[in-house]
Amino acid sequence: MSVVTSFSPVDPHHLGHSNLSLGTEWEDARGHGEGGPASKSVIVSYGFWIFLLSDIVMFSAFFAAYQVLAGNAADGALSFDLSNVAIETGCLLLSSFLCGVASLCANRRRLLGTEIFLFLTGVLGAAFLTLEIREFVGLIQQHQGPADGAYYSAFFALVGCHGLHITAGLLWLGTMMAQIFAKGFRHDVLRRLTCFSLFWHALDIVWVAIFSLVYLMRFAP
Amino acid sequence: MSQRGIEAEREGDVGPGLELEGSEDTSRGLRSYLIGFALAVGLTAASFWAVQTHAIYGPGISIALVTLAIAQMGIHLVFFLHITTGPDNTNNVLALAFGVLIVFLVVFGSLWIMANLNHNMIPMKMLMDMQR
Repeated sequence: MSVVTSFSPVDPHHLGHSNLSLGTEWEDARGHGEGGPASKSVIVSYGFWIFLLSDIVMFSAFFAAYQVLAGNAADGALSFDLSNVAIETGCLLLSSFLCGVASLCANRRRLLGTEIFLFLTGVLGAAFLTLEIREFVGLIQQHQGPADGAYYSAFFALVGCHGLHITAGLLWLGTMMAQIFAKGFRHDVLRRLTCFSLFWHALDIVWVAIFSLVYLMRFAP
Repeated sequence: MSQRGIEAEREGDVGPGLELEGSEDTSRGLRSYLIGFALAVGLTAASFWAVQTHAIYGPGISIALVTLAIAQMGIHLVFFLHITTGPDNTNNVLALAFGVLIVFLVVFGSLWIMANLNHNMIPMKMLMDMQR
């Protein structure tokens, strides 16, 4: 289905939600009892948007716990490597961008392009996860693990929760690649792909908060 | 689906990430992602630069980091998640506004309450003297 955005000089932004030009009032208007329910893809992605926002609210509780403990626990400062954080950030940002390119390919129903860009998204996500696990192992070996103090515990809960989301995202990504390959660009598969790309971009937003407020803030005087 | 039904679908709301759905205009979409990516890289680099340089007044660095982080989140929302201020996005923006409200209540509420408790707590030394 090709959607050509209809431009009406009378109502360019469809403020009246009117299909017809001026004169008729509120024809087929959503929310006015006549337009009928929204399309399934809108309902699915809006519902998923609500889920993502509640997920971010959950992350905010972890952020609050971390921030409270960061200044007040007796634990020493966490020793992490800033260049490692920079590489992690680069991986996730590029991964998010390539995920967007993959969804553009899916819009044009290009199977090979979609699969390749989804694969690259996954490779960068896995690279991020590997670097994060290596960092965690290093911290635990230096006795800064989750069992060694309240502040460390809050750090591992927050960053580890994000890492778990990335892990779940990678599993979802593999499933999407297989479904697109096996079932083609069916409408339900495309809806799932939209949800996945929303999920992946939202995780990148959470990571922006983590690298700024958790990692870099440590180096601010 | 009837032609009428398709027409009605076009006129309604847009879900997040659906801005370019079914659109043949890939170059417009790619341009949006490229602009977003370039801006995000720039803001990330600025954050990393801010903590390593001595050009910024010390106490201002944390404010710079928060500002840059909020700016980058905005960039991600606009260019990657395609949240716009258009009338077809009202529901998405309102949900986002509610989410942001709760996030601020949770984070600043916790910090405020805990700082207050900390302020009113008996100093540890006095507490130990009392138990002696």
